[in-house]
Amino acid sequence: MNLRMLWRKSVNIIMLSLTGLCALVAVSVLFFILGYLVYHGGRDVNWDFFTKLPKPVGETGGGMANAIVGSGKLLFLAALFGVPVGLLGGVYLAEFGGHAVPFVVRYTADLLNGVPSIVIGIFAYALVVMPVHHFSTLAGGFALGVMMIPIVLRSTEEFLHAVPRSMREGAMALGASKWRTISSVVLPAASRGIMTAALLALARVAGETAPLLFTAFGNRFWSPGWSQPISSLPVMIYTYAVGPYEDWHQQAWAAGLVLLGLVLVTNIVVRTLLSRGASPQRS
Amino acid sequence: MAQTSAKPAYNRPESSENSVVGSMETVLKPPTPSGSQTVVEAPLRMQIRNLNFYYGKLHALHSINLQVAANRVTALIGPSGCGKSTLIRTFNRMHETVRGTRLVGEILLDGEDVFAQDVTHLRRRIGMVFQRPNPFPKSIFENVAYGLRINGLPATSHGHLSEAVEHSLLRAALWEEVKDQLHKSAYALSGGQQQRLCIARALAVDPEVLLLDEPCSALDPVNTAKIEELLFHLKQNCTLVIVTHNMQQAARVSDATAFLLNGELIEFRPTPQLFTTPSDPRTEAYITGRFG
Repeated sequence: MNLRMLWRKSVNIIMLSLTGLCALVAVSVLFFILGYLVYHGGRDVNWDFFTKLPKPVGETGGGMANAIVGSGKLLFLAALFGVPVGLLGGVYLAEFGGHAVPFVVRYTADLLNGVPSIVIGIFAYALVVMPVHHFSTLAGGFALGVMMIPIVLRSTEEFLHAVPRSMREGAMALGASKWRTISSVVLPAASRGIMTAALLALARVAGETAPLLFTAFGNRFWSPGWSQPISSLPVMIYTYAVGPYEDWHQQAWAAGLVLLGLVLVTNIVVRTLLSRGASPQRS
Repeated sequence: MAQTSAKPAYNRPESSENSVVGSMETVLKPPTPSGSQTVVEAPLRMQIRNLNFYYGKLHALHSINLQVAANRVTALIGPSGCGKSTLIRTFNRMHETVRGTRLVGEILLDGEDVFAQDVTHLRRRIGMVFQRPNPFPKSIFENVAYGLRINGLPATSHGHLSEAVEHSLLRAALWEEVKDQLHKSAYALSGGQQQRLCIARALAVDPEVLLLDEPCSALDPVNTAKIEELLFHLKQNCTLVIVTHNMQQAARVSDATAFLLNGELIEFRPTPQLFTTPSDPRTEAYITGRFG
């Protein structure tokens, strides 16, 4: 009896500490990465990094201004393509459609979400790069946009489902058509959640490298317009990290830090906005 | 402004129509000595004839016949699940928003078949207030203006719109409480105020009929009293149908009361008579509190 109690107690303590330890590991990974990046790349994040172009091979110094702007342009295109498609698709899932169609769409979206990003890169290559025979900003934005679609779609659907039915009935009882109800009442009620989801999806694809390798390709100079190859932070990190120069490695660390910082800041800002003004939801 | 002068045609008693109704055998199942066929002396606004309603295979309403007198309050009472909410939701065709429902029968508004009308137009003529206050996530002003905006009633002039909004809020007895905070979120209001806001929102499009589906069930007695008083004033310009599970409320506010049980209309009479001398033993059992 006594032995059994002792056994139970020790199992309890062991499992409790094990779960706590794993939780700690999960949390500390982020801080470990952040610390490591700051340690290696912190020195190289300076004014030059944000304003200068990369130096020619062999010279030290320079920056990644073109990659930062390039990432911005690519993400802009990705949002332009991915958000409307995901949003309207999500509206269809939540508001229209019978039982079979949404099931298929939902399932397909989940599968698309699981497609390796490199495969999406090949897809964009075949679809956008091949016909025009050169890499372009458009192709890179398209690839990232495709990756955003399932994320935006599924979260739009979820947030729309959270809008109480009584609100829809209120609008329809005033003579609003279904689309009018959705656009003027349901979507505004869910707008904060959907915007959050879209920004988080954007932050998620901001770090993607694989789909950009043979779509946006990369560029050591400014990329005017939308039809030239363009530089981006993830691809620069990849290129510089595998390069043979010590200075490049330093810059790769710095770029990693900047990228992670941008993603973190987006995340934190978005989540703060969401929690502060959570739209009133009543059953 | 069309708010007050809106109903030219409908109040005109049409003798032919009334005689049609008068000959219907449906309203009072047991003959009463007083003998009048219409329940309340007033022109008819709505007629429900031989209405059957199905949720899938479930037969929810059985051959309902009911007449709604203009500028009167008609109450639907009955135990939970008797079909009173289902019935009232067919009046403005809200049942069509639910999948798998089927309706057989006739509903007439001012003698016109509601199913032959454009549903958008119909719902502008028959407003609805729901069980729980359901304001939109917009400002108080925009909530009331919503119906006007989507129906494009007044021209774009903002002055026109704000007049209409003020008028509706006055009718819903909410103006004094909110006139200084029209641009605050509707969620800043209390539950009772929200429900009156929903009434104002429904009134803004100047409906001929206002359906109220247990409008006070989520409110405290003080706010309930306010809404009941409001109903009394509203019936001057509007025909009201109210679903309530509160018999005292039905007795206080209504002119005619219909008692439903298990999807059947058991009795439909002037409210004082229904509550004092019910003719059906089931009605008597219900109002004396023996079940339900």
